Amino acid sequence: MIEAILFTLGLGGACGAALSVASRIFYVYEDPRIAKVEDLLAGANCGGCGYTGCGAAAEAIVNGQAPPNVCILIGPENVGEIAAIMGAEAGTAEPLKSYNNCQGGDRATDRFFYQGLNRCSAVNAFYGGKRDCEIGCLGFGDCVRACKFDALRMGPNGYPVVDRNKCVGCGACEKVCPKSIMEVRTMSQRLLHLNTEDDALSPCQQTCPAEIDIPRYIGQIRNKEYESAVDTIRERNPLLLACGRVCPHPCEEYCRRAIEDEESVSINQLKRFVADMEMNSGKRIPIPCAPDTGKKVAVIGGGPAGLSCAYFLRRVGHSVNIFEAMPKMGGMLRYGIPEYRLPKAVLDWEIQGILNLGIQYHTNVKMGVDFDLGSLVGAGFDAIFMGVGSWKDYRLNIPGEDLNGCYTGIDFLSRIGNQEKIQAGKRAAVIGGGNTAIDCARTLVRLGVEKVYIVYRRTRKEMPANEVEIEAAAHEGIESIYLAAPNQVLGDDEGNVKGLEYLKMELGEPDASGRRRPVPVEGSETVLDVDMIITAIGQSTDTAFCTKGTRMEELNITRWGTIDVDPDTCRSNVPYIFAAGDGATGPALVVDAIGGGRRAARAIDLFLKGKEVKPEPKALLSKRHIQESLFDSIPGVKKSKRAQMPEIPVKERITSFIEVDQVLAEPDALAEAVRCLNCCRVCYDPDKTQNAA
Amino acid sequence: MGEYLVLIISCIFINNIVLAQYLGNCPFLGTSKKMDTAVGMAGAVIFVLTMAGIITWIVDHYFLKALDIEYLRTIAFILVIASLVQFVEMFMKKMIPALYSGLGIFLPLITTNCAVMGVCLINIKEEYIFLEALIASIAYAAGFGLALILFAGVRERIILGRVPRPLQDTSIGLVTAGMLALAFWGFKGMA
Repeated sequence: MIEAILFTLGLGGACGAALSVASRIFYVYEDPRIAKVEDLLAGANCGGCGYTGCGAAAEAIVNGQAPPNVCILIGPENVGEIAAIMGAEAGTAEPLKSYNNCQGGDRATDRFFYQGLNRCSAVNAFYGGKRDCEIGCLGFGDCVRACKFDALRMGPNGYPVVDRNKCVGCGACEKVCPKSIMEVRTMSQRLLHLNTEDDALSPCQQTCPAEIDIPRYIGQIRNKEYESAVDTIRERNPLLLACGRVCPHPCEEYCRRAIEDEESVSINQLKRFVADMEMNSGKRIPIPCAPDTGKKVAVIGGGPAGLSCAYFLRRVGHSVNIFEAMPKMGGMLRYGIPEYRLPKAVLDWEIQGILNLGIQYHTNVKMGVDFDLGSLVGAGFDAIFMGVGSWKDYRLNIPGEDLNGCYTGIDFLSRIGNQEKIQAGKRAAVIGGGNTAIDCARTLVRLGVEKVYIVYRRTRKEMPANEVEIEAAAHEGIESIYLAAPNQVLGDDEGNVKGLEYLKMELGEPDASGRRRPVPVEGSETVLDVDMIITAIGQSTDTAFCTKGTRMEELNITRWGTIDVDPDTCRSNVPYIFAAGDGATGPALVVDAIGGGRRAARAIDLFLKGKEVKPEPKALLSKRHIQESLFDSIPGVKKSKRAQMPEIPVKERITSFIEVDQVLAEPDALAEAVRCLNCCRVCYDPDKTQNAA
Repeated sequence: MGEYLVLIISCIFINNIVLAQYLGNCPFLGTSKKMDTAVGMAGAVIFVLTMAGIITWIVDHYFLKALDIEYLRTIAFILVIASLVQFVEMFMKKMIPALYSGLGIFLPLITTNCAVMGVCLINIKEEYIFLEALIASIAYAAGFGLALILFAGVRERIILGRVPRPLQDTSIGLVTAGMLALAFWGFKGMA
């Protein structure tokens, strides 16, 4: 008995001594955080994170090789605690989800007949895949096999479909996909992603300044998934009701259907269709936001650029305050676009949806008057976005311009938008050929002016206004006088306008913009008998705040009077000031401002997270297209009629401000959605459209 | 000399620790998915088993038997093996960190690996002399390594094949292990 006890003690002592010595010799310093992090992990050693056991995962987290949410079993509380240990921002607690980027593809021509192993990896090793498409899905389902959570399946068209509820964001599918079709991203990463050369981009999506995934939302409309379509649009554009009405849809210029068919797909009408559907349902589709990051951003200007920037910043978890100089939010959408094109009730509904995300706003406060840079910095804002727009009308600089009855375009429209009563004359002339001029002219018709002229110094071909707008104006009885340059405004004894004298012009040599320069014809003075004149020949940015503010003088202004920013990141020379929209680019489209707002939101997010502010590598900048995606012909496309937009008859519409353009009916919208060829870079799907058409 | 050769062949093939005696199945299934890990595990097991075999033999021969306290054998062996594995773990963490992180959770699992305990007990049961115990320990470990590496090779191929859904992963692994065991059964004819 004694021997047994002694022996056990001896053996234990010997082992203990040996291990103690070994511990001393083989000691490796380990970050104490590793043990803490490991305690917070599930401890199941399941390998779902891709590391050998929880210890290895904890080490990877501490070494910064894995995010705090790498463990797929623990809840957000533990992720938060790990993030706290790591000193990382809480925003990383956002869940990762898998997405499939390729939806077309099976029509990309086969390069050769393939009989080998039915694995994406094997096919890819063989000259990069059997299809001509360099970036598209190979369709053998390696990702489906890699998914341990049964969240992926092969869809009916041979592409992986993600079950978002089952996906835990482990990243196995992304790792195994040889073509980067499967992407595991957080919502924030997706919201702030800019188009790059390697993305699966259809020509329309490459063209859209807001980079909306057009084929995806049209596909969702085709499948009657209207809510998903709205979500898809909202990933890139928060103002879909407004854009669905006023966007001149540059995307439709690049629609491949138009290459073979008479007209392109009516992309914008479809956007309006789903947007109106949401509004008319009376129920707002919930918009998720990432957890709060604790950073504050001031957005100056509540127009499309400011609203877009605020919306994206809020969705990725920053706290946003909008400062608006006018009495109501909306900027040019409210004060520049007349009621008959974008009803105020619609705009209110849309803006409310954005503000409901938890965005604070202050109206009737003007930069440089009610607050300045110093007060913003003092109030604890980490970054400032300037979406101040272009509100200063150019002047003609001709005699008589200040007589009673003379107005400038934006001033006139904003006063109308502000429900001010303006004493309209009997006969009016609008000077200019842009959308603002047409808006003024059509507004005048509705105010009861008997005869409205548009006076433009070039010809109709050179008019920058949208084609549909020019036509609508003609339908409403507005007469255009081309090749006419105002010379002076004639007034009567009481200082009221009584006529506009202009010189006739003829076209000369082309100028820098490629348009032929108008040259005045000597002695051709003509007088137009009008009692009201609106000058709408362009706008510039009001940068008066630059001199008044305490530190605002530092902000660089271009020689065109816009805020000087890097066009790719929207960042100004002051590191924490960003700008986009008309105030940075000069007058442009609403959709340009929305895209700019998102680009700025991305840069601000990088800035707030302490990362380098630069464009995405291989980003498609300055409206560049991927050349291989532009086709000359598309065989196999059957012609079909484009859905016609319903309009209110001219007689009814010129007497009131009710909306002229009406929304498509559901059957028409569905038929129009079928016209989409579902293009990606080099593929399209004529069969699907033919079956249904 | 011939005796030892017979002993080696018997330990590696005929009485293979995994495929004939069904010991050490946990690391056998767990570390056989990738060839690299399998080779690392085989090395670790050879080292641990050889050391454990010798030390337990010494402990048994010079202490337990000498003092006539053989009833303490199980507890003494557990203590020795556990300490040894801890030692190997510390050693590898310092000296071969790549292999250490590659083996991950399976290294501590050798502590509870029945193959190690089994071989130590077999050495005593068969009443081997020291040299025989040493050779048997190495040979058994080599047998484990052989089975593990063969199996890992097979499993790497299985990943590329079409396996029905209910049979995927561990299920097909167990079936394959069974077939490997049947193949090793053929060596019984040599005995």
